Amino acid sequence: MHTLTLAGISAGIKARRFSSVEVTQHFLGRIERLNPALNAFITVTADQALAQAAAADQVVAAGKGGPLTGVPIAHKDIFCTDGVLTTCASKMLSNFVSPYDATVVRKLKEAGVVMLGKTNMDEFAMGSSNETSWYGPVKNPWDLSRVPGGSSGGSAAAVAARIAPAATGTDTGGSIRQPAALTALTGIKPTYGRVSRYGMIAYASSLDQGGVLTLNAEDAALLLGAMSGFDERDSTSVDLAVPDYTATLNQPLKGIKVGILKEFFGKGLEATTESLVRDALEVYERLGATLVEVSLPNLPLSVPTYYVVAPAECSSNLSRFDGVRFGYSCAEPKDLLDLYTRSRGEGFGAEVKRRIMTGTYVLSAGYYDAYYIKAQKVRQLISDDFKRAFAQVDLLVGPTAPTTAFELGAKVDDPITMYLNDIYTIGANLAGLPAMSIPCGFVEGLPVGLQLIGPHFAEAKLLNAAHQYQQQTEWHRRIPAGYA
Amino acid sequence: MNMEWETVIGLEIHAQLATRSKIFSGSATAYGAEPNTQANLVDLGYPGVLPVLNREVVRMAVKFGLAVGATVAKRSVFARKNYFYPDLPKGYQISQYELPIVQLGKLEIVLDDGARKTVGITRAHLEEDAGKSLHENFQGYSGIDLNRAGTPLLEIVSEPDMRSAKEAVAYMKRIHTLVRYLEICDGNMQEGSFRCDANVSVRQKGQEKLGTRCEIKNLNSFRFIEKAINHEVARQIDVIEGGGKIRQETRLYDPDKDETRPLRSKEEANDYRYFPDPDLLPVIIEQSFIDQVRATLPELPDQKAARFVEQHGLSPYDAGTLSASREVGDYYEAVVAALGAAHAKLAANWVMGDLSASLNNDGLEISGSRIGAAGLAALLARIVDETISGKIAKEVFEAMWADGQSADAIIEARGLKQITDAGAIEKVIDEVIAANPKQLADYRAGRDKLFGFFVGQVMKVSGGKANPAQVNDLLKKKLQGQGSL
Repeated sequence: MHTLTLAGISAGIKARRFSSVEVTQHFLGRIERLNPALNAFITVTADQALAQAAAADQVVAAGKGGPLTGVPIAHKDIFCTDGVLTTCASKMLSNFVSPYDATVVRKLKEAGVVMLGKTNMDEFAMGSSNETSWYGPVKNPWDLSRVPGGSSGGSAAAVAARIAPAATGTDTGGSIRQPAALTALTGIKPTYGRVSRYGMIAYASSLDQGGVLTLNAEDAALLLGAMSGFDERDSTSVDLAVPDYTATLNQPLKGIKVGILKEFFGKGLEATTESLVRDALEVYERLGATLVEVSLPNLPLSVPTYYVVAPAECSSNLSRFDGVRFGYSCAEPKDLLDLYTRSRGEGFGAEVKRRIMTGTYVLSAGYYDAYYIKAQKVRQLISDDFKRAFAQVDLLVGPTAPTTAFELGAKVDDPITMYLNDIYTIGANLAGLPAMSIPCGFVEGLPVGLQLIGPHFAEAKLLNAAHQYQQQTEWHRRIPAGYA
Repeated sequence: MNMEWETVIGLEIHAQLATRSKIFSGSATAYGAEPNTQANLVDLGYPGVLPVLNREVVRMAVKFGLAVGATVAKRSVFARKNYFYPDLPKGYQISQYELPIVQLGKLEIVLDDGARKTVGITRAHLEEDAGKSLHENFQGYSGIDLNRAGTPLLEIVSEPDMRSAKEAVAYMKRIHTLVRYLEICDGNMQEGSFRCDANVSVRQKGQEKLGTRCEIKNLNSFRFIEKAINHEVARQIDVIEGGGKIRQETRLYDPDKDETRPLRSKEEANDYRYFPDPDLLPVIIEQSFIDQVRATLPELPDQKAARFVEQHGLSPYDAGTLSASREVGDYYEAVVAALGAAHAKLAANWVMGDLSASLNNDGLEISGSRIGAAGLAALLARIVDETISGKIAKEVFEAMWADGQSADAIIEARGLKQITDAGAIEKVIDEVIAANPKQLADYRAGRDKLFGFFVGQVMKVSGGKANPAQVNDLLKKKLQGQGSL
């Protein structure tokens, strides 16, 4: 049962082959058994899940409900969940029970989805290996000595290990796509503004976007459709109808133009990864696509640009964690300054502090123009590069990450090397573009991801291209040993 | 050393916009609620929440911009002003920084000597208010009330165009009148809906360069502004004449001690690290919206005063007084409408005189007046048609004020109707003359001044009701021996 896709579970429930309660119990059992080694979950909401499942079964029994009724998933612990611990994997929020549901959570609840629990992540989504979590690192089910990627590492590990059929994630600089690549999953970050950020604890507001990690493109289409759409509580969400992403999955790709991103195939890309990505391009060619090499000259500036913009926003976004109203508060503060400095000093981890300090610095008087303003200008140049590229091609294709999953601890002490992990993913965030990662092969038993980037609001086209690829390949069906 | 000093003042006025809900959340803005009962998750800065702009504040800011002849920015941007304070839940205040919604306006003020002066308005921007720290005793802790957090403010920044405390007060009053005319702020200074910070510096007369300024924070009464500025000017002159230098700093005015004292120096000032708020889109304003708002602009104080002078023949001073508040102007105009424009001066005198005095006595606003415009007009109509004299009218007004009856009912009940019947007046005159033979003889012997005595006696006997003009006429004839005696 746990190897079924969301669509498969949905069909099973609808056909009464099993009930939502049975599926939910099955996954809860697997979580109990397998999660201790993976550390993919921070909170498991078993009672609530079973109650939701029972309610879903009644809906189904009454002949009602939709494609997601009774289907269990997990939420990244960055999404606020009413009455449930919401930690962002930080000591700062280790006691925070949210009084409300994020819009994404509410929408999925309304669609009948059952929540299994909250998944581990990098603290406040700052990290590329899930090693910055206050709740400890998450292990990659493909090799427990390796990282699952980050920041949505818990969601990735949970779905890859089949202890959850699908999970939500968020992507600020690659936090859905990179872990999806490192765990052989399908992950999509939609266009900025497609999914409401209300109730999604902010890291870098102009880059953050919710999305999903699933077993295949069809599941991604199903889940993403249900959580997308305009939200009057998020001024940056876009008021544009959400198409039925599942309806266009089977459109033929004949005649589409696929751009090969020249800048993605340079120094730093492992040869083995490159060769698998080039194999995938051949698949697209066989599917009728025309391959065109395109260059985005400003793209190599993505990483430095990101590491100005994201920390700047985070330094301000995380100011609300001051020990006064919620979250961690230091013991017996001497005065206000002591309350602030110790609550924040003790509540935040090293990576979060590093980014808050970087951000504070780049926004400071005298440095603002040299860093923040300049970064915004480069960001615009990168956006313009993409715009020019999409005047030529329908999709851009390249690797998701430069390497396969690395060993736990390998890059912890070297933030710059760690930051370079996101070299291929950050561009889409800076330009607000939809992008996804799909499995395209394995190197020594470790998954490699293929990244697809589309123009604004081209999610349907991305999912269509991913689905067509998955009709030709089997990579996405592989299950890590011991989890089948 | 006896130098002549010139004072230079610029004001930053914070006008709380009169919206029902907050600038970025649906919480109510009503004043005086129990602490923290009007603060929702957005106001509390909870994790994950986002601000959503209340469109009404944009409309109000545009209204203000148009009223001061400013440029309404087609694109303005909200920015975050970052600093830590317990009454600032998010750790930043959402304000506008580089691109404010209102840019470069001006306002004319009238000084005590009647001279007019134009004060430049650099900008007006939208922002959210912070909460309030309560320093009463909470077992040694400070309390925080976040009801005010997120209340919409329009910060109106002037050029350093004012040269005295009096000019600053005149400007502040002018803005106060304007925002109430526009119905964008209730102007309640006690509740903090209208307050200002004053930037004050001095320089030698004739010197071009501005002196180092100090900012005096949170002035919430016209009297305090004047006192605080005067005190600060004296302090600065003292420092400079004593060979010292002014430090750029923020100072607080203490009305109890009538002094300003330093709060923080420039060096200690926060680096607010302003940057555009990524949670909010730029505010884009279409010309059609500006036109639409322009169409809703009320007649502004200057326009109204000019009209009163032209149409009603009022003096500029009276016109200025009656147009200083929209409500007073409306009341006055309603009286004139009922009475006829020919009697505008009478209406003006009563509104500025007896009505204003009674309102002051009872601490009422004109909207709460015990005598409505129609009631006052009905009273004045009886003066116009000579049913009662102006003097009796004052008595009737007091009775109306006290028990709310109509002028006619009181005149009738108290028999205050003026006596215009010549026969009846003559009868009284005859009585008075008969009772004062000595005075009559003296008058006839040439003591003309006694005429006033006889008038007084006649009015007294008639209970003040005899028509004064007729009394004059008839008395003169009788005293000169004409007619029967």
